[in-house]
Amino acid sequence: MSKARASYIRIGAVHAALIAYTLVALFPVFLTIANSFKSRNAIFREPLAIPTPETFSLIGYETVLKQGDFVGYFQNSIIVTVVSIALVLLFGAMAAFALSEYRFRGNTLMGLYLALGIMIPIRLGTVAILQGMVAADLVNTLTALILVYTAQGLPLAVFILSEFMRTVSDDLKNAGRIDGLSEYAIFLRLVLPLIRPAMATVAVFTMIPIWNDLWFPLILAPAEATKTVTLGSQIFIGQFVTNWNAVLSALSLAIFPVLVLYVIFSRQLIRGITAGAVK
Amino acid sequence: MGSLQLKSIRKAFGSHEVLKGIDLDVKDGEFVIFVGPSGCGKSTLLRTIAGLEDATSGSVQIDGVEVGHVAPAKRGIAMVFQSYALYPHLSVRDNMGLGLKQAGVPKTEIEEKVAKAAGMLSLDPYLARRPAELSGGQRQRVAIGRAIVREPKLFLFDEPLSNLDAALRVNTRLEIARLHRSLKATMIYVTHDQVEAMTLADKIVVLNAGRIEQVGSPMELYNRPANLFVAGFIGSPQMNLIDAAKLDDRDAKTIGIRPEHIGLSRETGDWQGKVIHVEHLGADTIIYIESETVGLLTVRLFGEHRYAADDTVYATPVIGSMHRFDAEGRVIRSGQ
Repeated sequence: MSKARASYIRIGAVHAALIAYTLVALFPVFLTIANSFKSRNAIFREPLAIPTPETFSLIGYETVLKQGDFVGYFQNSIIVTVVSIALVLLFGAMAAFALSEYRFRGNTLMGLYLALGIMIPIRLGTVAILQGMVAADLVNTLTALILVYTAQGLPLAVFILSEFMRTVSDDLKNAGRIDGLSEYAIFLRLVLPLIRPAMATVAVFTMIPIWNDLWFPLILAPAEATKTVTLGSQIFIGQFVTNWNAVLSALSLAIFPVLVLYVIFSRQLIRGITAGAVK
Repeated sequence: MGSLQLKSIRKAFGSHEVLKGIDLDVKDGEFVIFVGPSGCGKSTLLRTIAGLEDATSGSVQIDGVEVGHVAPAKRGIAMVFQSYALYPHLSVRDNMGLGLKQAGVPKTEIEEKVAKAAGMLSLDPYLARRPAELSGGQRQRVAIGRAIVREPKLFLFDEPLSNLDAALRVNTRLEIARLHRSLKATMIYVTHDQVEAMTLADKIVVLNAGRIEQVGSPMELYNRPANLFVAGFIGSPQMNLIDAAKLDDRDAKTIGIRPEHIGLSRETGDWQGKVIHVEHLGADTIIYIESETVGLLTVRLFGEHRYAADDTVYATPVIGSMHRFDAEGRVIRSGQ
């Protein structure tokens, strides 16, 4: 009896800690979304209150949708994020496969070189990147952003994926070779499905900084046609006056696409297909 | 069909040489087992035959055709792995048929062959299942089925029973033996378990540190070990190895006597000693004796015997059962 009660207390303590953390983590999101539905006065008078019939207002969303081409900004953000993730995963997995699967001279050095980008922030090279983009005539194109983000995401992707690929059974790959699968088929049909959880992790880690980035859109693609959501929202933040309704509404809207992508990837994290492949 | 010739195979990983010149002939239909301690190169040798590793030098011929530069899938081999290595996302049927599908065999023919192999291994009820839904023994049978379906010239087994529990291991061993008789195929089998080697093989290849120590039938290796390593490796419990000087044998360096070739008596005998420990196994009794003349001795008596620790006993070797080895560890035949 006393033992069972003690474990109730322990379970209760664990849950309390987790619930407290969840509240802390969700609070800013709650604040953003709640305030985005309130009138300007209500935001400042009672920032923590939830919208009531008196304070409810869609003025923020109206401003956002009227001002500029917000649908276009969303489209830009989604194109840039999705294409970058796809490229990072594709090239990252290919490099990781070569590094983990084949013995060649300089393998370790190559691995270190490819992982170097984790330690050196890509923004240090902004000036050179801008010069390069100008020379290649890519300024104010989404291609410029995609190229930069792919480069930015690759080091971590190569690092994580190559570690995971080392854990894929050699026997399985060799069985494929004996059954006549090409190296490409082994990579695509045997190894990639087995490291799906790792791919999902990499996708999430790659996605968030790209979606939230302000720096490179501002420098490489500030034109109206190529603005991303983060950059588009900046017009509501002025040096002296900030249209908080609009900013909060824009941010609330910006949460949803990432949320959808995250849900897609996190389902991959949970689904375990490896069970039973090898003992 | 199904012979194999290895000529001075060498394999080095960097500066570390794993195989140091292997020559071997395997005839059609033979069951050959590579046995040796871990790290002796037996798996590497098997993978070299399969084409999963390239030999640093030397030649591999299957049916008299040099296959050094032939891809694994084109060598006419099939391999069964220790970890089963089934494709997790394919059903049992597709697992077994994939090799043929890749080779462009018509669908009906694949179905036929898969059904036949499944029948041999009593896998019919499981054909639609995924590997995750099978037990360890069933998975290994699927892996064997995948090999059978390919109708290879050579079957290669890489420690196929190591992941199974003891009872299942005996069953699967019998199944492999039965398979070898019914298919009459050439099989090469790697194991570190000498019981598997002794029970299955037509011919055992004992490997040590990248070299072949001896090739022969199980009984040849047991009765006439060519050197100290084989003498110590084959047979359980291990052969007693006694310093020849203690027995006043000037020509030999070491004398070997198998535990089952020593008689024991409470009254008289060649070597007096004290029992240290007794293991009662029912069919056998293993007795460890500390003797002043020859040191530690292991004696294996058949049936049950009532010896106990601290008993004083006399051990006598069976005449003609001694193996004599010279300073290099090679056997001295003339003495027998």
